[in-house]
Amino acid sequence: MDVLLDNLDLYGPGFRDTIELFLISAIGSLVLGTLLAMLRVAPVPVFRAAGTAYVTLLRNTPLTLVFFFFTFAFPLLKIVDASTFGGSASRYYFTAALIALILYTSAFVCEVVRAGINTVPVGQAEASRALGLTFGQMLGYVVLPQATRAVVPPMVSTMIALLKNTTIASGFSVFQAGAISLNLAERGDSQLIGLLWVALFFVILVIPMSLLQRSLEKRWSIAR
Amino acid sequence: MSASVLFDVPGPRARLRYRLYGVVGVVALVALLGFIVYRFAESGQFEAQKWGWIQYEYVQLKLLDALWNTVRAFAVGAVLAMVFGAVFAAGQLSDHRIIRVPSLVVVELFRAVPLVVMIFIFHYGIGLGTPFYSVVLGLTLYNGSVLAEVFRAGVLSLPRGQSEAAYAVGMRKTQVMMFVLLPQAVRAMLPAIISQLVVLLKDSALGFLITYEELLYQARYLGGSFEFGRPLVPITIVVAAIYIAMCLLLTWFAHYLQKRNRRNKKVLPEAEKPAEDAVAASA
Repeated sequence: MDVLLDNLDLYGPGFRDTIELFLISAIGSLVLGTLLAMLRVAPVPVFRAAGTAYVTLLRNTPLTLVFFFFTFAFPLLKIVDASTFGGSASRYYFTAALIALILYTSAFVCEVVRAGINTVPVGQAEASRALGLTFGQMLGYVVLPQATRAVVPPMVSTMIALLKNTTIASGFSVFQAGAISLNLAERGDSQLIGLLWVALFFVILVIPMSLLQRSLEKRWSIAR
Repeated sequence: MSASVLFDVPGPRARLRYRLYGVVGVVALVALLGFIVYRFAESGQFEAQKWGWIQYEYVQLKLLDALWNTVRAFAVGAVLAMVFGAVFAAGQLSDHRIIRVPSLVVVELFRAVPLVVMIFIFHYGIGLGTPFYSVVLGLTLYNGSVLAEVFRAGVLSLPRGQSEAAYAVGMRKTQVMMFVLLPQAVRAMLPAIISQLVVLLKDSALGFLITYEELLYQARYLGGSFEFGRPLVPITIVVAAIYIAMCLLLTWFAHYLQKRNRRNKKVLPEAEKPAEDAVAASA
């Protein structure tokens, strides 16, 4: 308990930054992932190929490697100027972590969305076209409501994975919950107890999400 | 993909429009790739010096060594995770509450804690010595817990007649699980199991964070060396290619097994769907 109370100035900002990383990259990857899913189901072959290539590449690369690229290698390409980050290295590392998380997670989001759209039987869309619904009406009233059932539960698991993945940033100069223990060592406190607290907080964050996922899965799987 | 839900079979005008979109798409892609190549050239990533390190035998051996370390952590972790998963899946399905509840708690707990934090606990907290042990233990506990869920789902997806018949022949509970249920569950869940193994392979890269000398560690080391002109970009590309090749090989293997299974009459046909479930549980 002492380790936690003595170092509240680490735990507070640490978890705040973790949540900040999580929320921004969740929104970013949901948007980018949905766009990618649109590419992957598009009727134009080039779009499909581009989407497939992106997803295959990113899904088979370790997230650590994506972090590695954006933290160490990307600055060497000199595409963005360091001055856009006000010359502050920690701001750059934080942005790099965000980009790595968004790019990696969006590949998984894309697959979830695509699988969800594919669960809707073709007859549903054909019937709505026969009724004279426009594309937007078909999407909004027929396909998406049905696809949501198949999308949301696995999407929650993807987001849980994203929340846990934010801790990888501790290896790449970003201060967040995963890096708390490294700072504890400098203060001479027990790392083991400090880490167990971090683990406990993650359990507290993750368990409600996985309970939600399970109840959604149970409730919605019967309705088909 | 003509059977996509969203789009009707295109008529002549739609086909023309699609072709136009196709051209726009190609132009956009070429522009993007061109920009990347241009940036590479501009920042000197194509200079011979930055790629020269590949030719040195010393560097090649170093990389092979690192690859071996990655594969070693993956192999040991995979075997242990499968064992862990089988044991805890059986535990979760036990009739005795004393065994069932702790198994549930353990599996739930190890799935909720980030793997990085677990590895840090083993390496910095407990101090297991060589990073190898911490990496393997972390991989085993996390992926083993996910696999336990997969095995459990597989066993539950089997028809009740399987266990009833086994009991009727006079098998004991352990025998039913060992000889009847688990083998069939493993077959049914093979795609999910292998995709979890792909996750395990990718997660072995986390060893980088605790200075386990795997591929990324070596990439950082070589990439920082000034004698080769700090070839961080080339070496990241090479290491990424190695990882992608290994993962695709595993995925291809999963597809191969699935195809072979389909021909196998011993496998129940309805137990083929749950492939996608575990994919999302990447870490």
